[in-house]
Amino acid sequence: MKIKRSKGEKTFQVFNYVFLSLIIVICFYPVWYVAMASFSNSNLLTQHSGLLFAPAGFSVDAYKKVFQNPMITKGYMNTLFILIVGVIFDLFMTSLGAYFLSRKRVMFKKPIMLFIVFTMFFSGGMIPFYINLKDLHLTNTLWGLIIPFMINTSNLIILRTSFESIPESLIEAAQIDGAGHFRILSTIVLPLSKAMLAVMVLYYGVSIWNSWFWASAILRNREMYPLQIILREILLSNDTSSMTAGTSAMDTEAIGMTIKYATIMVATIPILCVYPFLQKYFTKGTMVGAVKE
Amino acid sequence: MKEKNPRNSFGYRMKRDWIRNRSLYILVLPVLLFYILFHYKPMYGAIIAFKDYTPTLGVSGSPWVGLENFIRFFKSVYFGRLIKNTILLSVYSLAFGFPAPIILALLLNEVRNKHFKNVTQTITYLPHFISLIVVTGMLTDFSMTSGLFNDMIAFFGGERSPLLQNPKLYRTMYVASGIWQQVGWGSIIYLSALAGVDQQLYEAASIDGAGKWKQLLNVTLPGIAPTIIIMLIMRVGQLMSMGYEKTILLYNPSTYDTADIISSYIYRVGLMEQDWSYSTAVGLFNSVINFCLLIVTNKISRKFSETSLW
Repeated sequence: MKIKRSKGEKTFQVFNYVFLSLIIVICFYPVWYVAMASFSNSNLLTQHSGLLFAPAGFSVDAYKKVFQNPMITKGYMNTLFILIVGVIFDLFMTSLGAYFLSRKRVMFKKPIMLFIVFTMFFSGGMIPFYINLKDLHLTNTLWGLIIPFMINTSNLIILRTSFESIPESLIEAAQIDGAGHFRILSTIVLPLSKAMLAVMVLYYGVSIWNSWFWASAILRNREMYPLQIILREILLSNDTSSMTAGTSAMDTEAIGMTIKYATIMVATIPILCVYPFLQKYFTKGTMVGAVKE
Repeated sequence: MKEKNPRNSFGYRMKRDWIRNRSLYILVLPVLLFYILFHYKPMYGAIIAFKDYTPTLGVSGSPWVGLENFIRFFKSVYFGRLIKNTILLSVYSLAFGFPAPIILALLLNEVRNKHFKNVTQTITYLPHFISLIVVTGMLTDFSMTSGLFNDMIAFFGGERSPLLQNPKLYRTMYVASGIWQQVGWGSIIYLSALAGVDQQLYEAASIDGAGKWKQLLNVTLPGIAPTIIIMLIMRVGQLMSMGYEKTILLYNPSTYDTADIISSYIYRVGLMEQDWSYSTAVGLFNSVINFCLLIVTNKISRKFSETSLW
């Protein structure tokens, strides 16, 4: 049966599609512009004014310069190190906490929960945190970007909610068979929560990939800089000198532009590639997080 | 044998709990250690706000100075400007950034074409995953005199100018880019709330002759009200806790007048100028206000709507 729609409703539908299409364009165009500009010929790009729908004279020179820059490759390696080691540590610690908080009939669960959740609402602040890292000798080392950030409390709560949905009878049966908690966690709870663990990998992974502030605060040695810090130097301090050496001043400015765009692409492409496939997982996490205790 | 039932005493219950759950407590030990070391120790470290901290003397060895650091902040020429900028930036972000994802979710909810809906969702979520460095980098680039925004302004007959050097435009740029980045992602939670609204209510309403608009007001909005209220409490609770990351990337001395907020000020005097105790005092002042704000908003909401964070 077809429902008859009123005239007002039809007008609304048309308006709705047009408006949402506009939003799509606004959300997507900046990314498209950067992609097209990065493949442009630098001289043509500087002459070009206004919107860009295709590269202004195709060229991959900027990418060549970017990949020849040792700082970028070094930054990539540093970021990958923090990402891989960080995600493993994060998952391990978050699972331990989430498992504990998902158990029933534990006397001190409530106070421990309070102890943990309180940190979401009150903190010592940026400076005491920094001084603390210094006192613990976690400055000027990549470990300082991993260990202090092992548990994100909202992720912990999301994972706990997911663990809680595992049937209690399974865990009790394992306990009767004499399995300890660590064994139950690793052989029953974790394998049954694969989807949510994937969400955790993505949440932690993206946040590590994109993080920059503490790296800029605690690292003194340029050799340790993760990708985002290199990006910041190139994008915001306009420092492309390391890649434009040997070109004239005019050309330097022109090619500096395309190098910037190419650097953005190089640093963002991993996420852009992975993202569409994992979208359903990403959104899954926010849904669970939305469930109120 | 007559005696008080020992099975109910605290000590007995604790002992039984320990026998039952010992390995569980050992399991959670690293987690507790993490929170002590990286959350509670810095909270203790915040006492340097009442001290004259020098790294050689350490947190506990530095001499007490009472409220001196706080008084210095209250008397500082920047105090008024910082409070004003923080609140204004926050209020603007709230006023425009809060309804945006709700509206997007309501519009998406009306889309009947599944394919179109999916594409819209995928693309609007995308900016959330782009790093802040890249977002502010693009913004800086587009705002230059020869940048994309200025090309467009010139196209419509306007005057070219370095947009990010203009303190009057700073808040608009900050809030608009924030909406651009977060509107799609923020709508997810409302979409899931919308999916949870009972479909029978819509049928009943339309049988009663309610049009789309009336259904929106009387079915949809009450249905997602608890979600909206929770999100609003969290946002109002964070009114004074504007993050520093974006500000640090986006501002420059020519826009300090409107751009400098409490957290970016703490970063400058603390990490850049190494005025440890003073910047910690500013931070502590801010944290306490945030905490109070959250408690008050939570109380108010519990009183009027039975929805609250705790």
